[in-house]
Amino acid sequence: MSTTAVEATTGVNYLNAKYGIRSWLLTTDHKRIALLYLASITFFFLIGGAGAVLIRLHLIEPQGALLEPATYNKMFSMHGIIMVFFFLIPSIPAVMGNFLVPMMVGARDLAFPRVNLLSWYIYVAGGLFTLYAILAGGVDTGWTFYTPLSTTYANGQVMAAALGIFITGFSSILTGLNFVVTIHKMRAPGLTWFRLPLFIWAMYATSIIQILGTPVVAIAIVLVGLERLLHVGVFDPALGGDPILFQHLFWFYSHPAVYIMILPSMGVVSELVTCFSRKRIFGYSFVAFSSVAIAVISFLVWGHHMFVSGQSVYAGLVFSALSFAVAIPSAIKVFNWTATLYKGSVSYQAPMLYAMGFIGLFTMGGLTGLFLASLATDIHLHDTYFVIAHFHYIMVGGALMGYLGGLHFWWPKMTGRLYPDGWARFSALVIFIGFNLTFFPQFMLGYLGMPRRYAVYPAEFQVLNVMSSAGASILGVGYLIPLVYFIWSMRYGPVAGPNPWNAKGLEWQTPSPPPTENFEELPIVEEEAYAYGVKEAHVG
Amino acid sequence: MWYGFPIRPEQASTIAEGIDHLYYFLTAIDLFFTGIIFLTIFYFAIRYRRRSKDETPKQLEGSLPLEVAWTVVPLILVVVTFVWSSSLFIRNSRPPTAATEIFVIGKQWMWQLQHPEGVREINELHVPVGRPIKLTMTSEDVIHDFFIPAFRVKKDVIPGRYTSLWFQATKTGSYHLFCGQYCGVSHALMRGEVVVMETQDYERWLSGSQKAESMAAAGARLYEQYACITCHGTGKGPAFNDLYGSQVKLQDGKTVQADEEYLRESILVPSAKIVAGYDPIMPTFKGQLSEEQILQLLAHIKSLGATERKAAQE
Amino acid sequence: MADGHAAALAEQFEDLEQQHEASSLGMWVFLATEIMFFGGLFAGYTVYRGLYLAGFDAGSHLLNVKLGAFNTAVLLCSSLTMALAVRAAMLGKRRELITFLVLTILLGLTFVGVKLAFEWHRDFEEHLVPGINFAYDGSNSRAVELFFVFYFFMTGVHALHMVIGVAILAVLTWQAFRGRFGPERYNPVEMAGLYWHFVDVIWIFLFPLLYLIGAHH
Repeated sequence: MSTTAVEATTGVNYLNAKYGIRSWLLTTDHKRIALLYLASITFFFLIGGAGAVLIRLHLIEPQGALLEPATYNKMFSMHGIIMVFFFLIPSIPAVMGNFLVPMMVGARDLAFPRVNLLSWYIYVAGGLFTLYAILAGGVDTGWTFYTPLSTTYANGQVMAAALGIFITGFSSILTGLNFVVTIHKMRAPGLTWFRLPLFIWAMYATSIIQILGTPVVAIAIVLVGLERLLHVGVFDPALGGDPILFQHLFWFYSHPAVYIMILPSMGVVSELVTCFSRKRIFGYSFVAFSSVAIAVISFLVWGHHMFVSGQSVYAGLVFSALSFAVAIPSAIKVFNWTATLYKGSVSYQAPMLYAMGFIGLFTMGGLTGLFLASLATDIHLHDTYFVIAHFHYIMVGGALMGYLGGLHFWWPKMTGRLYPDGWARFSALVIFIGFNLTFFPQFMLGYLGMPRRYAVYPAEFQVLNVMSSAGASILGVGYLIPLVYFIWSMRYGPVAGPNPWNAKGLEWQTPSPPPTENFEELPIVEEEAYAYGVKEAHVG
Repeated sequence: MWYGFPIRPEQASTIAEGIDHLYYFLTAIDLFFTGIIFLTIFYFAIRYRRRSKDETPKQLEGSLPLEVAWTVVPLILVVVTFVWSSSLFIRNSRPPTAATEIFVIGKQWMWQLQHPEGVREINELHVPVGRPIKLTMTSEDVIHDFFIPAFRVKKDVIPGRYTSLWFQATKTGSYHLFCGQYCGVSHALMRGEVVVMETQDYERWLSGSQKAESMAAAGARLYEQYACITCHGTGKGPAFNDLYGSQVKLQDGKTVQADEEYLRESILVPSAKIVAGYDPIMPTFKGQLSEEQILQLLAHIKSLGATERKAAQE
Repeated sequence: MADGHAAALAEQFEDLEQQHEASSLGMWVFLATEIMFFGGLFAGYTVYRGLYLAGFDAGSHLLNVKLGAFNTAVLLCSSLTMALAVRAAMLGKRRELITFLVLTILLGLTFVGVKLAFEWHRDFEEHLVPGINFAYDGSNSRAVELFFVFYFFMTGVHALHMVIGVAILAVLTWQAFRGRFGPERYNPVEMAGLYWHFVDVIWIFLFPLLYLIGAHH
């Protein structure tokens, strides 16, 4: 990409331009807001992760090794709520999206910087309510809040937790709104849609889902709260309500929500495989359209969570067919990423290791989705550990690895520092191994019939449970190592230049860290995305 | 079993093997494509590793034939899977009409099972081998789920309505019964056993068990106790002979089938559907009858004649 | 620049046109989320109306159609005054702009006032408020109560949106008084207008759905 001259910096960047806590808490700079999010979601990740550790420790023994059943039930509920709503959904959009979207489109900030700050405060407010729910006794309905358990029978902080999720939803909506408007209206001259980095396409598709889906779960949660508060029968059949209606309203959002969690990671992977193969992405428009297709189809498949709820055979067939359909664009992406390495110049720094791990694990986990889209097998697998393994392969083996890969890739840009790549590669490996050890046994547990959300289980399932817990201990260590070297790097890491990876992309045309206004002069784009070399003719 | 390591539950029902075959097929696809992708990435990463710092590889834009290929092949695979799975599912969703009906009431945190002959079981279900069994289920409180891994069957058990599943056991033995929908603090303890017996052993067990009256007889007793005959035997309300399974014409012109849901609703919320030609004078029995008693009344009504049902129940 | 017609170009935008387009798109996207929000409620209402037609009809009959119709007329007028306000801003006519903004505010407050003081107050007196004092004699009281849950929730959320709209208009009135709007900068008024019309449109759906749909039975 050619830009007008980037002025030499005088060392003033967005990090040191202003000091003091007020300059951070009242900032409208998208880059600072990204770091505010980074701090808060890391905090919630650690809490959710602690929940996971306790769960796996407890499940070493069939009768439960650690917790009372009531406490265990609260543990998996809080683990789910925190990881879904306070880590996975915000993660890449709020940290990398906020930091990079303006830079990648060649703008000085997002369209609505104050709304951006507001969305962080909303996120924090929702998080505080949820923290209160945990400290005041926890909630034990599962993150899915099925009725009438959650409306009528559950004791515990259902209202506080529901309120926390409701509030945080608005943060998600506002972030999505900001991205859509920025991407539509603030692209630099010459930056047409098909010259955009695929990360932007991914963020765009994600934002559509955030905007259209989140309000529906907001309604579902408010109705649960109303029912609990006023003892009216919206979802409780004893009072005339329909418990399945809740499931429809809940899953109408919560299925697309899982694509909010994975699409940004896919966008990151597109950036990583191109940079570390030094090649244009193979099949740019196919990858771009696949992102949009996934977002659209994702709204049509929610019923596959309800195959055993008594829905009609016909509804089951329709949802099953559409659920199979949504696998196709994902497959297209995987093949295109793989093909990008063909005849490339591949290097193995940590971000690339995460990207390669993502592609493999996402393939495996995504294909297990077929077992669940398939009606006949889903009957057997629904609500077993197979489902847990499936979504952890995608969320942890996929989304989280994409997040870490992106964090490692853009860390020099965000902080101006390099981290020790040897340690980074080592922890990527530890995470990959620990992850597979943790979750592969769970596929087997699921088919053998071990249901999910069980505080105690029949003894015949113990061996696989112990294997899984052993893997989890390795995985936990793998996550802690980056925490150490990232913090270390902020003080002692070697200074990174503007473009330590020799990557294409407007964000790499600025100093590291960038100045507050991103670009001295706004760039004019004259090249395709990922213009790593001279374009060859189409392969036959 | 695979080298002594369990990979699947026992195959103890007529549908289990079919499901397992589909499972193996999907596993093969998964491992195959995962393997291909991992190996290809591995191969490319090594073969095309960066050899010099300023290397600039050839930029390959794309390939339409490849894109088509790797769109069409997955598409074919998912279509095949969909057709195979759906036909299995449709076939498995219909109980044979001669199925023995057993009733299930789930409540926090136990299963109550009612044989039509009157035997009641808690957390245990005795069934004869080789006979199709249909379970009609409801919950008294929250959503539960009836899950028998060895039979590969599962269905949510929902308050306020009936759901059903069917199976035909093929092997005697004792198999896990799990609650498969999180239902509160003792969800993991809401377990039991399904005991499959040879037919004679089952008959012996049935006649030897502590028995209350049969469900239909209990229902007849309730019919008398609650004086239903006052209207339903005098023409003020619709008669029950041959009612179950028939098509009923309603006041607003619609026609409904008199299935379990309809009968249950008519007892609890009589004003919801008024039969054509009758006045809306039936009082509600909500709060007066337990789920168990309702099922007994239903058994009584069924015993007064039933019409063959054509459409598949879920 | 200190004069009232200073067009404030926010830092992140290149020019006023980009700012204008971004604000407009932002408001439309926001309205899309609102449609999904109310849409969820409409879906729930529709499902239960299908299940409990008699009860929902009975509940609907207990509403005051005349007051509802009056309020509908009030809102339609307020959309007119809002549109005229936007036009005045576009044309730089300050006094007209303030007049129409104030009229819109008054009409909005009338709507909320009628709802609170007459409709809801009367519903409270007649024991029709679920969870607070609901008491209904009849075989389908559960369904009627459910109707009123949806009624109060939907009209309540709608009224909340109106109140927020009135607050926004109040701020705009103050800004108009200070001379902040003119032909080069009237976008905030236009955006507020979009929002106001949307809230009006929601009511256009609510009114028949809640008040009128049982009327012909």
